[in-house]
Amino acid sequence: MSKKMPEVPAASLADIAFMLLIFFLVTTTMDVDSGLERRLPQWQEEQLDEEIDVKERNVFVVLVNRNNDLLVENEWTDIKDLREKAKEFMENPSDDALLPEKEPKEIPFFGEVRVTKGVISLSNDLDTKYGTYIAVQNELVAAINELRDELAKSKFQKSYNDLEKEQQDAIRDIYPSRISEAEPKTRK
Amino acid sequence: MSKFRNDGKKELPPISTASLPDIVFMLLFFFMVSTTMREVTLNVKVKLPTATELSKLEKKSLVSYIYIGEPLKQFQGKFGIAPRIQLADQFANISDISNFVIAEREARDEAERPMMITSLKVDENTKMGIVQDVKQELRKAAALHINYSSRKK
Repeated sequence: MSKKMPEVPAASLADIAFMLLIFFLVTTTMDVDSGLERRLPQWQEEQLDEEIDVKERNVFVVLVNRNNDLLVENEWTDIKDLREKAKEFMENPSDDALLPEKEPKEIPFFGEVRVTKGVISLSNDLDTKYGTYIAVQNELVAAINELRDELAKSKFQKSYNDLEKEQQDAIRDIYPSRISEAEPKTRK
Repeated sequence: MSKFRNDGKKELPPISTASLPDIVFMLLFFFMVSTTMREVTLNVKVKLPTATELSKLEKKSLVSYIYIGEPLKQFQGKFGIAPRIQLADQFANISDISNFVIAEREARDEAERPMMITSLKVDENTKMGIVQDVKQELRKAAALHINYSSRKK
């Protein structure tokens, strides 16, 4: 009468494991967080009353109002055209008297280069939508990145991201990312 | 002479499925290890804006998050529908940010502190006023390296 104990069936083990697997597959978010990286200026106890004296031709003024409209250098502008305008401002290929000055600078790999003194100034209203603000920031960053990339391609025949660190630094010296944000006007 | 002919007597043994659980377990462990479960439950609705010039947040351990957006439905009775700030697991005020930054800084190693990044996860329909206030607080707390979290366009 020695009936063998029936073996515990292991066939369902796979099903159980599959169920767990599917649970983890569904709940997993593999997204890598990404975003626009910026650096804030240092906090100053006393707000400087007088602006540092910058010539008007050296400043690229971008204003965003509460209706999310753009005023770029005193002109109504669509956000689509902002990138081109910013690029033209930073590059100033024809040494236009209205576009920023350049000063000669010694830069490795390039020798003496005339570097723009342009600064982009961005100010927004307190009621501006965050989405618009990011879109504007994105266009300005994109303008500078495109200029760097074009320079990298013409000089090193490589895109900016593939360059050595020293080469990147040199290009960054030629096209610095100078975006300053004014404090928004307070609500009346 | 038919060496190779099968007489039908011997059937092919069924493929053993004994190793199937092992394979599945292997996959399971891979997913369990690589998963990062969300550490905070969101109390605010955040729909991130889109952008193209993104940079990745490499080291998760160096990032602290600030969420801004409308409170979810179940909190609206208590907190209203105006955009609110969420730090860690709860709603917070502007004045709590500096303490939050200090606490986050204390939690990291001395060597890692200069590399810390604050990631702002802000709903795209939020007004800039509240974001600006947060930025001022971050400047006061000397957390200058920030990242405006956004989706790829």
